[in-house]
Amino acid sequence: MSRISETFARLESEGRKALIPFVTCGDPNTGATLAILHAMVEKGADIIEVGVPFSDPMADGPAIQLANERALKHNVGLSDVFDVVAEFRKTNNTTPIVLMGYLNPIEWMGYEVFSERAGKAGVDGLITVDLPPEEASEFSKLVRSKGIDPIYLLTPATAVDRARKILEAGSGYVYYVSVKGVTGSAKIDVTDVAENVARLKNDGGLPVVVGFGIKDPETAAAVAAVSDGSVVGSVLVNRCGELESESNDEIASQVSALIGDMRQAMDAA
Amino acid sequence: MSVNNKIDFSQFPDATGHFGQFGGRFASETLMYALQHLQETYNKLKDDPEFQAEFDKDLAHYVGRPSPLYLAERLTEKWGGANVYLKREDLNHTGAHKVNNTIGQALLAKYTGKPRVIAETGAGMHGVASATVAARLGLECVVYMGAEDVQRQIQNVYRMKLLGAEVVPVKSGTQTLKDAMNEAMRDWVTNVDNTFYIIGTVAGPHPYPQLVRDFQSIIGREAKIQLQEQAGCLPDALVACVGGGSNAIGLFYDFLTDESVEIYGVEAGGDGVETGRHAAPLSAGRPGVLHGNRTYLMADENGQIQHTHSVSAGLDYPGVGPEHSWLKDIGRVNYVAANDDEALDAFRELTRSEGIIPALESAHAIAYAKKLAKDLGKGKNIIVNLSGRGDKDMHTVAAIDGIEI
Repeated sequence: MSRISETFARLESEGRKALIPFVTCGDPNTGATLAILHAMVEKGADIIEVGVPFSDPMADGPAIQLANERALKHNVGLSDVFDVVAEFRKTNNTTPIVLMGYLNPIEWMGYEVFSERAGKAGVDGLITVDLPPEEASEFSKLVRSKGIDPIYLLTPATAVDRARKILEAGSGYVYYVSVKGVTGSAKIDVTDVAENVARLKNDGGLPVVVGFGIKDPETAAAVAAVSDGSVVGSVLVNRCGELESESNDEIASQVSALIGDMRQAMDAA
Repeated sequence: MSVNNKIDFSQFPDATGHFGQFGGRFASETLMYALQHLQETYNKLKDDPEFQAEFDKDLAHYVGRPSPLYLAERLTEKWGGANVYLKREDLNHTGAHKVNNTIGQALLAKYTGKPRVIAETGAGMHGVASATVAARLGLECVVYMGAEDVQRQIQNVYRMKLLGAEVVPVKSGTQTLKDAMNEAMRDWVTNVDNTFYIIGTVAGPHPYPQLVRDFQSIIGREAKIQLQEQAGCLPDALVACVGGGSNAIGLFYDFLTDESVEIYGVEAGGDGVETGRHAAPLSAGRPGVLHGNRTYLMADENGQIQHTHSVSAGLDYPGVGPEHSWLKDIGRVNYVAANDDEALDAFRELTRSEGIIPALESAHAIAYAKKLAKDLGKGKNIIVNLSGRGDKDMHTVAAIDGIEI
């Protein structure tokens, strides 16, 4: 069983929902990222999505664009991301790490080298924003052969038959994008999310987590109540930006405190 | 060029939007519905006589087509080689080839009932062409433009504003064309229900490279007939500048199956391809994925898209249309580069010998045509795409001459 399915199985048996924070690797430096990962696990993160910096993050709003720019000031690339994950794995062998980013850095490294190195580092899942399943068949096989789940996005506008294909193509979990827009967009409609998530769960059998637009503990709890988990990103990277000049421990402590608040709200719901 | 015997160019892109390994639809799921819908709409309309008739009518009476094919006699004589014909896209309404495409896409917006259009722009020509058709159809128009380009092309910014468009300076990344395109995509994702995205070149996710090519291919169809009328033959060579590559594919497309025609795409060599300061992905890049398609790109060792350099804002783009990448790899088109100084020399030479001030983009094609005319020799015929007029570049060239205007 993969770390991702083990995690969802454990959560189900405990009657809890997944809290999935996102931070960009190298924001503001790779040492801080490593400290943040460990601190967030302590405060109740179940799975962590780690952003791979890219110069042209087309699907992201201003918060994550700036996070990418902060990381790219130090030329943080895939090799650094693998180093951080491998270092994290030295003391944590249970929390799944999902890389999230864009295709070009992977194309540049080469699909085979990427899959090999990601598997070795201890990566569990991969969200490639600009790689829909139609373009991914060969690559999906490669990453799967290294024990990595290809995870796809679904949106309110995804047609029913297409959603079924995506659910078949992916594994680990499905990431439901709750709003029309980029990451960090306006508030989400929980009733709408509930309806769509129910349909998707019925069709696919994969856990469905929800993200884009979850900014506070109340929303995280409300969304988690009608799905399998909440993904939180922009509020965390905003805090990373505010704390850019602080020590890595201070950054880790303050960013993970946000996760602690969300965990409490979700578990109380 | 026996390769052509096996290729039916009209079958590309294939049903999934690919030109060999290039092209495709590398878009986020948030855009897939809109792209699918656009493809279905376009497939229906492209063979619809009513849609085509409206497009042709607009090209004739609003754009002023056909644009002339002009034998540049003094230039030909001066260079002492092949006859140089200029396809005068600079004489189109708004001053460049860009309007052929914006007319077509604005019609698509109209047929799909979208009241709002958005566009990205580099030099401002596509932005102006988009604002123009939006004004004519009464559509709301927002143009994204890199903050650096807003400074460089202040006159075009004002033109767009006069036409009623909102110009949004993009301050992220390198603040140039690629970042403007990122920002336009973000707008589209957010406002997809009421907004049509008018992409300005043969890039972007499928079906954009196809539909922009189709709208621009009028250039080559006209040129073929015009040269037949004037010289009674096919050209020996075609030359066009390549940034994203829409004017080039527009000229080339109808000639791809004519094996005797040699085709040259001229990229922006900047300070020289060997210096790294250029915008020539086909000359010095490698395949990757950006803005929805797989194509040749300029990126660093981590796959981060690189800063490009060219004296012409319209060629200052780190990628290129995927069909060009494919045409390079199958060997049908030769891609070469002209440096900033060569383009500036050509700009002056055409201006002084023919009384035609070309856009700096088009001057790259002129610069390469000069070499080619000599190589081919007398009696041969070259068609150069004069994709735009140079009015917008007065500030740039004057600044290089140390003059403030």
